[in-house]
Amino acid sequence: MKPASFRYVRPNSVAEVCEVLAAEPDARIIAGGQTLTPMLAMRLARPSVLVDIHRIGELIGISRVDGAVVIRSATRQVDALHSAIIDEDLPLLAKALPWVGHPPTRTRGTVGGSIANADPSAEIGLVAVTLDAEIVLADGEDEEVVLAEDFFIGPMLTVASPSACLTEVRFPRRPDGRLGVGFQEISSRKSDFAFASAAAQLVLDADGACSELRVGVGGVGDVPLKLDAEALCGTRLADAEIRDFAVAAMADVETVGDLHASEAYRRRAGAALIAKAIIEARQGALNTGSSGGRNVG
Amino acid sequence: MSVELKVNGRAVTVDVEPRTTLLDCVRDELGLKGTHAGCEHGVCGACTVLLDGQPTRSCLMFAVQADGYEITTIEGVAPQAGELDVIQDAFCEAHGLQCGFCTSGMILAARSLLEREASPTVEDIREAISGNICRCTGYGQIIEAIQLAAERMRGQNAPASPSLSRTEAVR
Repeated sequence: MKPASFRYVRPNSVAEVCEVLAAEPDARIIAGGQTLTPMLAMRLARPSVLVDIHRIGELIGISRVDGAVVIRSATRQVDALHSAIIDEDLPLLAKALPWVGHPPTRTRGTVGGSIANADPSAEIGLVAVTLDAEIVLADGEDEEVVLAEDFFIGPMLTVASPSACLTEVRFPRRPDGRLGVGFQEISSRKSDFAFASAAAQLVLDADGACSELRVGVGGVGDVPLKLDAEALCGTRLADAEIRDFAVAAMADVETVGDLHASEAYRRRAGAALIAKAIIEARQGALNTGSSGGRNVG
Repeated sequence: MSVELKVNGRAVTVDVEPRTTLLDCVRDELGLKGTHAGCEHGVCGACTVLLDGQPTRSCLMFAVQADGYEITTIEGVAPQAGELDVIQDAFCEAHGLQCGFCTSGMILAARSLLEREASPTVEDIREAISGNICRCTGYGQIIEAIQLAAERMRGQNAPASPSLSRTEAVR
């Protein structure tokens, strides 16, 4: 349970990180290291060089840029959890963050690290896919912007090349109006890996009908999935309609079975959590009152 | 690699391989055996230390990553040798430990919580120790110990009582 030998470098800039990655094909980036370190300990990963980005100033911080909230990749999860910007402009992520790991893993774990790690049960990746976040990669002199839905291609697998460094995640800020968000998850203990999870963000119009709905489901398949929720838009989101939608949506999803949960269980749990997340979001939006959300008027 | 660490207020320089975890460094290089090596892959929480006051699993970081932080291990908690701090004392009194293997991690997790939240709810306490596994107590007494410690720490910070007793005396 001890890692194999590696060299350790701590560059001061993204440009230096890219130089090391280009020169050393077996180099690995370490940010918070909350997943990579156990993989090293179990020798499932044996990089020649660890490139530590945890203290690179230009990779840390949360800011509002145009219509987006930009989270730089090495921003620690604990700092995201306490961010007023995320609280105000990204309520769905704010709702999901308490589910991310435990206090001692959030102290080190980073937002970008969670995305790059691409665990299908990870909450931050699910929110990114649900909200159509953009993931920005630096690769040598090049910058590439990838839609979250296209970024994840399998469990612990992304389109990022080994020479790329994830620099930031751009989440679209919340829409104006009567907004509600919901996040639901089931795991063996609070904050353990999710067997299934679901996220929902919606806007109600003045009559209480749904004018915008985003829904995602995580932990059930190889990657977090965004669901087509067009069928519920324009409706008043009755419980029965929501449940029918959730069951129908999960019918098309290829679920995985493992020691903890079978394929059939994940399909049922996924549908139940999707429905709960949408209902939670609807109630949240209804509670904002008919005068509209705080960003209106 | 040579690394300068600050552990329990003391500056030390250690010479370690990059693959040496902070856990192995404090135990084997610094002789601070109160930080326990349990699972060594980030599941059990026995190796929890504080980094700038925040709980961190010392098996999930390398010593070479730890320069520049204020590291607190269980040995740095008591006011002086031979004494216990409020939280340690409360764990003894409330029977918050049996075998003791998880205890240093539990106490440091509790310390981090009580430093930012003087009156934690049971839910807050559960969340704070959610990353620490105990196989003896069933957690109930650990939660009670942290509640007791919180109560005593609030008492310490309350206005002193002499003015009250003077009023009593006047009466």
